[in-house]
Amino acid sequence: MKRAGFTQRWLPILLLMPQLVIIAVFFYWPAAYGLRSSFFLQDPFGFSETFVGFGNYLTLMRSPSYLKSAGFTVIFSVLVTFLSLAIALILAVKADRVIRGAKTYRTLLMWVYAVAPPVAGVIGLIMFDQSWGPLMDFAALFGWDFVLGVNYFDTAFAMVVVSVWKQIPVNFIFFLSGLQSIPRSVREAALIDNRSASGRFWDVTFPLLAPTGFFLLITNITYSLFDTFGIIDTTVKGEPGNNPMTLVYKVYVDGFRGNDMGGSSAQSVILMVLVLLMTVFQFRLIERRIHYT
Amino acid sequence: MTATPKRRIKWSNVVDHLVLIAGSAVMILPVVMLLQMASNPDIETMRNGPGLTFGDRLPANTTKALFEASGFSGVNSGVQMLYNSFILGIGFAVGKIVLGMMAAYAIVYFRLRFATLAFWMIFTTLLLPLEVRILPSYEIVQKLGMLNTFQGLIIPLIASATATFFFRQFFRAVPEELVEAARIDGAGPVKFFIDILIPLSRTMIAAMFIIMFVYGWNQYLWPTMITTDEDMYTLVRGIKQITQSLEGTNLPEYGRANMLALLAILPPVLIVIFFQSWFVKGLTESDK
Repeated sequence: MKRAGFTQRWLPILLLMPQLVIIAVFFYWPAAYGLRSSFFLQDPFGFSETFVGFGNYLTLMRSPSYLKSAGFTVIFSVLVTFLSLAIALILAVKADRVIRGAKTYRTLLMWVYAVAPPVAGVIGLIMFDQSWGPLMDFAALFGWDFVLGVNYFDTAFAMVVVSVWKQIPVNFIFFLSGLQSIPRSVREAALIDNRSASGRFWDVTFPLLAPTGFFLLITNITYSLFDTFGIIDTTVKGEPGNNPMTLVYKVYVDGFRGNDMGGSSAQSVILMVLVLLMTVFQFRLIERRIHYT
Repeated sequence: MTATPKRRIKWSNVVDHLVLIAGSAVMILPVVMLLQMASNPDIETMRNGPGLTFGDRLPANTTKALFEASGFSGVNSGVQMLYNSFILGIGFAVGKIVLGMMAAYAIVYFRLRFATLAFWMIFTTLLLPLEVRILPSYEIVQKLGMLNTFQGLIIPLIASATATFFFRQFFRAVPEELVEAARIDGAGPVKFFIDILIPLSRTMIAAMFIIMFVYGWNQYLWPTMITTDEDMYTLVRGIKQITQSLEGTNLPEYGRANMLALLAILPPVLIVIFFQSWFVKGLTESDK
């Protein structure tokens, strides 16, 4: 708060009210409601409920389909995060170096940011189409008979490809702006000290990008956990069946389609705890992160 | 890249360009193919799939996409979905910015007894995305009778603090002398807010608007749950139905479906491209 603030008493309350009311009704109420439901077992029609304590959580821990989905989510998140960060970093380093066409490249590489995940999923469906998808044809060159939506591995592969495609632009924007904020003097000093370009990159540029990288790491994990919902929903073609799904998608499938309110709420609570842990971890990193400039 | 006679071609430079061109192609080709399929007769697409030979059916398919309705009730034409998408995108962006600025102003510029409490209540919302509390949120919207309404669609999405946080950071960086000067000149808090702070934040507001518009336009899970009436569908929400109509029919309407997908992409993409510098500034500064 500013030293020279205003002293009116009711105006600030009036200003804060709309936000607080909306948050109370649409954030705290549902969060509390979800927490409560996770300890109850509801009948499918919502007429009665029984308190089961941690029963829903125990059921989840013993459910093979939940554990399978959790395992898939971990692998999926690691792959998407790693690949989209790595590819975006390569592109950003190149885009930072070229002079001619720099602006055009920047535009071409970032606009996909605005494509909605489910639309990206639909594009993936077309690219991997069984009868004439260009990427399916490409896979066929290696003798790979690609069947999206039927084969578990193939569907997972398509999900990763589409999710990475969709996430590269955000990472690219952040890496590029991180690179451009490295002072010219530092670059010139590095140029004098080290003749090898890759040596300069790993010794100077990469450490300077570390803060951006940490931030993006968390953003990308959050992205692969939550924002990929649309991609997954379109890629499984509405038939989750044997297809891979992430934990967030499972919350939706079990709760909304399967009507298992308690089980689905328990899954939500587990995700909430996961996100909270990640945020705490992120703040810790930010506190410790070293500023070079 | 043309080499001037006196200068040698630098190979590392060529490699840089090749990598960037490959990257750009991967980004843009799929969408070019959407456009290509939208420009061909359906039978052509069914036989050959996506390619790079453009046909002349673009106007016909666009008309079909805009005015022909699919689904059971025949009310979700492209125009209707476009309209709903704009309401969601603009309503969400405006709502978020207005509430965020008001709350941030109260927190930064006033001496409030429970300021810390309000601050934490608001900022806790940054921790939990809507996706993790999706079902209880749905039940509550249902209890409030807001299913299939724009309020039910937009307001729960606004219940997070990203914009408040962003404007709080910005207001704190505004020089303190401005408030003092305004107070000496006899300007009250309302006048100061409207005549000084809002004009000062113009660029920030624009940046926020672009990011929030794209975010709102691209919402999928929440609209999927809240809107079941077909006349409430947004383009992004309707996309699944569009693709499902591609399967199981003798001659799927590829042209129309791909045109609708393009319509869903186009407005946010154009905004991001045209207001690129604001957008990049807003994105890289807000998230830190």
